[in-house]
Amino acid sequence: MAALTSPTAAGRPPKPAGRRRPRVWRGIVGIVAAVYFLGPMAFSVLFTVNVPGEGLTLSSYRGIFGAEGFGSSLRLTLELAAATIAVTMLLLVPALIAVRLSAPRLRVLVEVLCSLPLVVPAVALTAGISSVLQWGPDDFADTPLFEIFNSAQNPGFPVVLLLAYVLMALPLAYRTLDAGLRALDLTTLVEAARNCGANWPRTVVQVILPNLRGALLNTAFLTLALVLGEYTVASILGYRPFAVWIVSIGGSDAQMSVSVSVLSLVLTWALLVLLATAGRGRSARPARRTRDSAATAPHTVQETS
Amino acid sequence: MTTAPAATPSPAAGPSSQVAVGGTAAAPDPRGGASRRRPRAAGWLAVLPLIVFVLVVFGLPAFAILTNAFKTSAGDPGGQRWTTDNLSQSVHGAYLTALWGSVKLSALTAALGVLLGLPLAHAVVTSRFRALREGVLAASGVLANFGGVPLAFAFVATLGNSGELTRLLNLGAHGWSLYSFTGLTLVYLYFLVPLMVLAITPALDGLRTQWREAAQNNGATTLQYWLHVALPVLAPSLLGGFVLLFGSAFAAYATAAAIVGSSVPLITLQIANALSGNVLVGQGNVALALSLDMIVIAGVVMALYIPLQRRSARWLH
Repeated sequence: MAALTSPTAAGRPPKPAGRRRPRVWRGIVGIVAAVYFLGPMAFSVLFTVNVPGEGLTLSSYRGIFGAEGFGSSLRLTLELAAATIAVTMLLLVPALIAVRLSAPRLRVLVEVLCSLPLVVPAVALTAGISSVLQWGPDDFADTPLFEIFNSAQNPGFPVVLLLAYVLMALPLAYRTLDAGLRALDLTTLVEAARNCGANWPRTVVQVILPNLRGALLNTAFLTLALVLGEYTVASILGYRPFAVWIVSIGGSDAQMSVSVSVLSLVLTWALLVLLATAGRGRSARPARRTRDSAATAPHTVQETS
Repeated sequence: MTTAPAATPSPAAGPSSQVAVGGTAAAPDPRGGASRRRPRAAGWLAVLPLIVFVLVVFGLPAFAILTNAFKTSAGDPGGQRWTTDNLSQSVHGAYLTALWGSVKLSALTAALGVLLGLPLAHAVVTSRFRALREGVLAASGVLANFGGVPLAFAFVATLGNSGELTRLLNLGAHGWSLYSFTGLTLVYLYFLVPLMVLAITPALDGLRTQWREAAQNNGATTLQYWLHVALPVLAPSLLGGFVLLFGSAFAAYATAAAIVGSSVPLITLQIANALSGNVLVGQGNVALALSLDMIVIAGVVMALYIPLQRRSARWLH
């Protein structure tokens, strides 16, 4: 992406001498950034197809689908991702709408609640979780709570990971959804819908949510990216979702682990592009005119007001 | 899904809806006081699940860290007692080295991230091509969250012992190693610089062209403009960005674990080791004490970040 900077800078119309230096400067910044950010990607792809002694081959990609643990770890991750997105939305969307509409005094509380996870790094959170999970066998061995503790750690679908992921997704999800809601005139929308005879569920589902589509998609994407890449909590607690699986095969087959990394990256980018095209129509932000007006001086005075 | 809000107004609601839309705040609520109270209760009800969730899922581990960090381990022969041994162990010896290593790495990478992120963000923001701007910002959003395993492997494939670039340039002979402090710095910048771009872009957008023009009209050079106008305005955002980057680098675990294993002393690696009993059995509560150290540092970082962000937000509108 950043590679585009240099042609951009070169293709600009001529300007007074004082403004020329920044263009050169911008070109250098763009090239350095492009090399640094695209280099590792390009070399990883090269690494996966360039087998010493065999020349260029795609064998490392072909081996992925047959590899032991690939299917199960990917399925676990995707299930966790879907559940995390659903739970995050169900917790946050009603709360944020309510805060905007009828309980503005709760706003600070919600903001603090959603920012708390930022203070506790994932490793520390995991240490706390594993300590809490110790209570199961230690303190509640004969109570029904023990069953809950056990089922939360079921390796088929570890609810404890789901809970941790939702908690870790809260800060980003909160910011994205809050920014989306801020762009809406929620009170007017709701009053209009209510006056037209819509009940509350219908107002939320048919009026508010469609208007929030961009923010919802963004939240879903960020959460998905978080769960796809999450390694810390899962590896320390001993589960084996996708990221942990990649590292574990990295020990025996470095080439395959890099190919899987490349694939997961391509998947993430594809999702991003999908999201960008899907969200384009709705989430169009008001254009910033301050920058564009720099070229046309007469307008700048009006822009300040 | 219907995207148009209120597509079919019912005739009965016609006049009143116009009043409501026209003057939301001023129009008296025809439903009276009773129904006003109901939304408020409903508001509480809607927020309640979130409160309960955070209290349980965040509160329980936090409580466990706070209490167990001050207790001897459960299997201790003398039974569980209150103690400060864990905490003092966590700031001595190998653990102190790791804590210091994490702080050093985070401070260095955060400073570099700020220095490199600012020109990049500036180049993007002042570009007249919206597509470039949107593209770089979207890419930054992805890369800033890209820390972790794929990032680690991309760098191992590029600059690791048998990486493509290492073989191509024969870097190994020149003493290059990815599995070192320098190597980790290079890797961390890969997600910290985009994070800085995201953090500083709103502030750069807030720099008015008129300020630059005013400075130029008064005969200021570009350097003077940056020193006396732009940087002072940006200072809170830059400091806020530094703090954000520091916290992000400090908490990073997956990248380091996948690249260096435990050859570079970092606090996150030590916690994971102590938890999984790799070093000594029964170090679980020391891990909690180490976590407490981390939380204190991260808490200080956040306490610095929030006021800085508030201050810089003043220039955005």
